[in-house]
Amino acid sequence: MNDTQLTALVEATDEGIDYDGLSVARDGDTYTFETPGTSHEGLDEDGLHEVATENPWFVSNWYFWTQADRPDPEEAFLRWLEGADETPVPERYEAMADGGLTESWGQLHIDISLGQDGQRVYTLRNEEDSDADVEALEVHTDPLDARELVKHDDRGRYRPLKTAPTLPTGWAFVDLDGRALGRAVDVIYPVTIANWHLERQGDLDVSHWVPTMERQTGIYGVIQTWDRGEGHEHVNWVAEACCDDSQCLKRREWEYDEETDLDVDGGDGEFPCREPCSMVVAAARQWTKLEAEEPKTYEFELTPSEKEQIEAIIDTVAEGEADEVREADVYDDANRYRTRFLRAKRFDEEGNLCGVPTDDE
Amino acid sequence: MQALVIVAHGSHLNPDASTPTYEHADTIREAGVFDEVETAFWKEEPSFREVLRTLESDEVYVVPLFISEGYFTEEVIPRELRLDDWDVEEWDSDGTSATHATLEADDVAKTVHYCGPVGTHDAMTDVIVRRAETVTGDPDVGDGFGLAVVGHGTERNENSAKAIEYHAERVAERDRFDEVKALFMDEDPEIDDVTDFFEAEDVIIVPLFVADGYHTQEDIPEDMGLTDDYRKGWDTPAEVDGHRIWYAGAVGTEALMADVVLERAADAGADVGNAIEEIRRRTRVAGTEDASASAGD
Repeated sequence: MNDTQLTALVEATDEGIDYDGLSVARDGDTYTFETPGTSHEGLDEDGLHEVATENPWFVSNWYFWTQADRPDPEEAFLRWLEGADETPVPERYEAMADGGLTESWGQLHIDISLGQDGQRVYTLRNEEDSDADVEALEVHTDPLDARELVKHDDRGRYRPLKTAPTLPTGWAFVDLDGRALGRAVDVIYPVTIANWHLERQGDLDVSHWVPTMERQTGIYGVIQTWDRGEGHEHVNWVAEACCDDSQCLKRREWEYDEETDLDVDGGDGEFPCREPCSMVVAAARQWTKLEAEEPKTYEFELTPSEKEQIEAIIDTVAEGEADEVREADVYDDANRYRTRFLRAKRFDEEGNLCGVPTDDE
Repeated sequence: MQALVIVAHGSHLNPDASTPTYEHADTIREAGVFDEVETAFWKEEPSFREVLRTLESDEVYVVPLFISEGYFTEEVIPRELRLDDWDVEEWDSDGTSATHATLEADDVAKTVHYCGPVGTHDAMTDVIVRRAETVTGDPDVGDGFGLAVVGHGTERNENSAKAIEYHAERVAERDRFDEVKALFMDEDPEIDDVTDFFEAEDVIIVPLFVADGYHTQEDIPEDMGLTDDYRKGWDTPAEVDGHRIWYAGAVGTEALMADVVLERAADAGADVGNAIEEIRRRTRVAGTEDASASAGD
């Protein structure tokens, strides 16, 4: 607590203070100062100063949350981070002073510690780096640096979907105040705070599959033709392919339409997804084109192990685990040598499985 | 409070597509005349659909980092920003003359000053000329040089060619370069035959594209014969059929583009103070002195 905070406190008694357990009121020239478990009445201004100085946490907490200019969503987010609505001030301050107050947001790990005079100091990093010494990481303080930091995953691949669970490791943002933390989070996971806040207020505007696809035009207009009055199983497949926790950290809140829920789970993410994103729209366009084809019957001859191998290869690629299959692990169905052997044995020169052409010849 | 939002295409595949948008936003942010400067993308995040809800300001200037008026500026962006009362007639444009329209964004209760694209603003002509200076390293480049403004061109959108031709005419009117042409990838006159269109031995090629990507880094260099394989790169200048071709890459990556964004917002009523002059000064050809020295060598 400092003199600025004390002066602000005295000034605010004109309207009275009731915040996070701190209650201060003025009656003429005397003041009342209360916290859970303490009550001081009939204080003169010197007495108020004295009692406030004895309770610096309550005063600085009030000051931190009420005297800064923050957008509502950011304030709600910062209070949620430290559990301000349910954890008493002393408990929170002790935890922050010990460096023991942390929260996660997607793959982000956020440390909250106490700065000077009760200011919060936030540290932001990948949760996988939460046990690392900050000095061992690439340290940043400008939230906009995050734009480049999160552009590629640890394998160097471009991340077009910001909420894909592939947040790179090895960096940290330090010495952030609340504004800077909010901005950094907004760069790493855009609009997640705003939409989370809207959802908490009961105001999240969800745009379901049908209206979202109906408003598509140009090359995406074709998606509207995918609904042929045959139910919504195809949209279940889209959600299962794209909107699973293994692919995106947002929790899908959009359904087929206002009345029809999808059958697949929306995931467990903290922040909501309010409509099919541009990745889903682009993929749906391609599937719309591919799904216009009629199925055909093909006759193949495969050993049982070869059939299982093909199933395992598809599964491995779908889970993004192809790179994890060890070079010499020929016991793994999706091993490269195993796959090359299958191709050598079962593909003809045109690349047809078991020599069966795709189209009639 | 006033906010600036630069809206651009972005890409699911190319990590560099958003880079110029970020850089121009940074330049304008540093000028300090907007309370907030944000970027939004069709293919990246934040999306057009959600960007306005991240802003505190009630007055928002939206500037499309697109080259031409057409499908995106007239249909997609207003729709995705939920400018429900948008009517393209408000622009009353001939294809290159859109300035701005003021609308309410339905979901966020903000006033949106929706601007025409950067590509058709008169100040874009200056960026094209600046690009010629940058690629040659000569702030006085002109005499003995031809200049081609290159566009995609498409039969689906007649405005696409209009923007290219408009600026080519404006550059020509300055009488700075010996010859000025508008050339295209997908319509006549085609960039493949670039050397057929110029007498001048030195020819500067400025593609009117927002970001470097497939077209500017693969198609156009190969089509012009700068290289037989874009992966091998090319020289600047490169010898082609007895001409020296100075290929500038996407004009949208030129630092002075930030000025055009600001001009668009200022035309729509944004208070930009002296930021336009400031950005023109700060984005002046980096290392002009060095460039002059080498030109004089």
